[in-house]
Amino acid sequence: MSVTTDRVVVDEAVGAPARRRRPRWAPYLTTARYLALFLLACFFLMPVYALIITALKEPAQVSVVRMWELPTALSLENFRIVWPDLQEGFVNSTLLAIPASLISSMLGAANGFVLAKWRFPGADFAFPLILFGMFIPYQAILIPMYDTMQRAGLVGGLDGLILVHVIYGLPITTLIFRSYFASISDEVIEAAKVDGAGMLRTFLFVALPIAPPAFAVSMIWQFTSAWNDFLFGVLLASREYWPITVALNNIAGGQTVPFNQAMASALLASVPTLLVYVVLGRFFMRGLMAGALKG
Amino acid sequence: MIESGSVAGIRLEKVTKRYRGGVVAVRDVDLTVEPGEFMVLVGPSGCGKSTLLRMIAGLEEVSSGQVLIGGRDVTDELPQQRDVAMVFQSYALYPRMTVKRNMAFGLRMRRTARVERERRVSEVAEILGLEHLLDRRPAALSGGQRQRVAMGRAIVREPQAFLMDEPLSNLDAKLRVTMRSQLSMLHQRLGTTTVYVTHDQVEAMTLGQRVAVLRDGVLQQCDTPQSLFHRPVNLFVAAFIGSPSMNFVRAVVSGGVVSFAGVRVSLPAGSPLAGADRAVILGIRPTGFSAQSGEGWPTLTIVPAIIEELGDERFVIFELDAPRVDTDETRAAVDAQSADDALLLPDERARFTVRLPSEVPVSAGEPLELAINPDRLYFFDPETGASL
Repeated sequence: MSVTTDRVVVDEAVGAPARRRRPRWAPYLTTARYLALFLLACFFLMPVYALIITALKEPAQVSVVRMWELPTALSLENFRIVWPDLQEGFVNSTLLAIPASLISSMLGAANGFVLAKWRFPGADFAFPLILFGMFIPYQAILIPMYDTMQRAGLVGGLDGLILVHVIYGLPITTLIFRSYFASISDEVIEAAKVDGAGMLRTFLFVALPIAPPAFAVSMIWQFTSAWNDFLFGVLLASREYWPITVALNNIAGGQTVPFNQAMASALLASVPTLLVYVVLGRFFMRGLMAGALKG
Repeated sequence: MIESGSVAGIRLEKVTKRYRGGVVAVRDVDLTVEPGEFMVLVGPSGCGKSTLLRMIAGLEEVSSGQVLIGGRDVTDELPQQRDVAMVFQSYALYPRMTVKRNMAFGLRMRRTARVERERRVSEVAEILGLEHLLDRRPAALSGGQRQRVAMGRAIVREPQAFLMDEPLSNLDAKLRVTMRSQLSMLHQRLGTTTVYVTHDQVEAMTLGQRVAVLRDGVLQQCDTPQSLFHRPVNLFVAAFIGSPSMNFVRAVVSGGVVSFAGVRVSLPAGSPLAGADRAVILGIRPTGFSAQSGEGWPTLTIVPAIIEELGDERFVIFELDAPRVDTDETRAAVDAQSADDALLLPDERARFTVRLPSEVPVSAGEPLELAINPDRLYFFDPETGASL
C-alpha cells in the first residue's frame, strides 16, 4: 500500500516540470531577440560593408555622397590601380610573416612543453619571467631595440625584422603551448618515458603530433600580428623591405585621399590574414587527444 | 614465442618517499619481488601503493632507500634507463599513432631493428587478438581494446618487469573479470616479474602470488593470499582482506573462555591466549558461522535484520548486543571497500554479516540459531590492533 502511494508521489514530482507551459508571448520574445542581434550585427558590419562596396565600384562612381549605395557594376579597376604600389610590400610581408610565425610557434611549442610537462627546477620562476614580456609595450623598447639591432648589424633587412617578431612573439606562443600541453594527460608523457624516450623524442614523437590545435592558434596569432605590424617595419627595414602596412599607409596618407584606392588596398592587405584564419581555423575544434585515455 | 628477456627480481630497501612540505607517502618499505613473481600491492586510496610503483618505474624520485631491479641499483636512473614496462590506469596510449606504432614505440626508442619490431608486434598482437586492429588509431577502439593495446605495448618490450597501475579499474565489471583471468594466463605464459597495484582486494587475492598490504605508506603484511586471509598480522589487514569483511566485536578472555554479547566460547586447544585474562577484539569471518549446531559448537541466537540473496547463498546481517568496534584500522579498511559493504546507518551496536547456504530457511525478524566455529576466531589487541 505504502509502495503504491510512494510511486504516485514520485511520478508527480518527475512529471511536473515537463508539463509546465511556455508563456504565450514566448515566440515574440525570440523574434525580438533575433531582431536586436540582427541590428547590432548590421551596425558592427557597416565599415566592412563600406570597405567592400567602395573597393568594388568603378573609380568614377565613387563619391562621399553616394558612399552607401550599391555599385551599378562590379569593377576591379581600383585593385588594378593600387596593386603596383602594394606588390613589393605584399611580398615583403609574406616573407616576413611566414617565417616569423613558424619559428616563434616552434620555439613556443618547445618552451611550452618543457614548462608544462618536463618540469625543471626554477620552472615556476622562468615562466612568469617569459610571460612578463607580453606586457611590455612596443614603444618602451623601441630605442634600446634599435640600438641593439644596429650594433648587431641587423637593421635594414627582413632578417632583423623576423628576429624581432620571433622574440616578441615568444611570450604569447609559450603561453598558448604551455596551456595546451598542461591539458594533456601526464600519463601519456610518462608512458613515453618508460618506453625509453628522452625529452627531445617525447617532444617530437608524442607531444608535437597532438599539438596542431595549439599550432593553429599560435600561427594565426603570430601571422596576424607580424602581418599587421607597422612600427617595427617602418623602423627596422629599409625602403625596399617595407612591409605592406607601410605601403598601405603611404597610399592612404597621400595628399589627396582617393578613398576607393585606400579601400581596395586595405582589402588586399587583409586577404592573407583572412586566409590564414580560414585554413588553420579548422584545426581548432579537432580533438586530437581522442582515444589516448579510457573510453 | 614471446619470452621475457631475462627474469629479474625487484628489491626495495628501506624505500621512503617524502614530499616537499613533509608529507610522507611511503615509509621504510622493504619488499622483495622474486624473479617471475606476480606481486600485488593493495591498500585503500592514499596508502602509497601507486607512489611505490612509480618509484620502481623511476617516475617518482626516491627520498631515501634503494630500488634494485635484477640485482642492479637503479635508484638514480631515469625511467628510460630502466628496463621496465608500465601499464597505466588511463592506458595512456599515444593518440596520433596507430595500434601498431603504439606497440612498436618502445622498441623504436630502444633502436630495435625493424624486422625484429614487426615480428614481435605481430606475435603479441596475435596473443592479445589485436591483429585486425593494428592500423587503427586508439580513438577507434573500445575501452577493452585500448586496455589490450596498453598491455601489448608493455609485452612487446620484453622487459625485466611489468608494472601495472590499476589497469582494469576503467573497465566495466564483466570485462574486468574476464581480463583478470586473461592476465593470470598471460603471466603464466610469459613468466615475467609483475608488480600490480590495485585498491580492490578481490583483484589482489585472485591475481597475486603474493600480496603486499599497505596502509598510510607503511607495509603491513606481505604474504600469499591464503596466509593473508587466515593469518592477518593485525586488525587492518583482517578488516581489509575478505569480502564481506570480517566481523568484529569487543570481547573478554578469561579462564580459557572468550565471552561477548552473552555468548561464551571455549578457546581452541593450544591457543596462546589460554592462560590470559584480558580484553580483546574478537574477529569472526562471515564464513565462521554455521546453521547446524551438531558439532558441539557454542551457539548464538540472532534476529536477522537484512537478508541479501546471492542465489546459492545469502548474506544475513544482524545486530549483536555488544558495542561496535570502531577503530582507525577498521574504519580505514571499510572506507576502502566498495559502497555495498559500508554501513549505511552507523550504529552503536555491533553489526555482523554471516554467509549461509540458501538451503537454510531464513526470514527477516525470525530468530535463528547459529553455531560458531571455535577454530575460526581471530583475536586482536584493542590498543595496538596486533594479532594475538
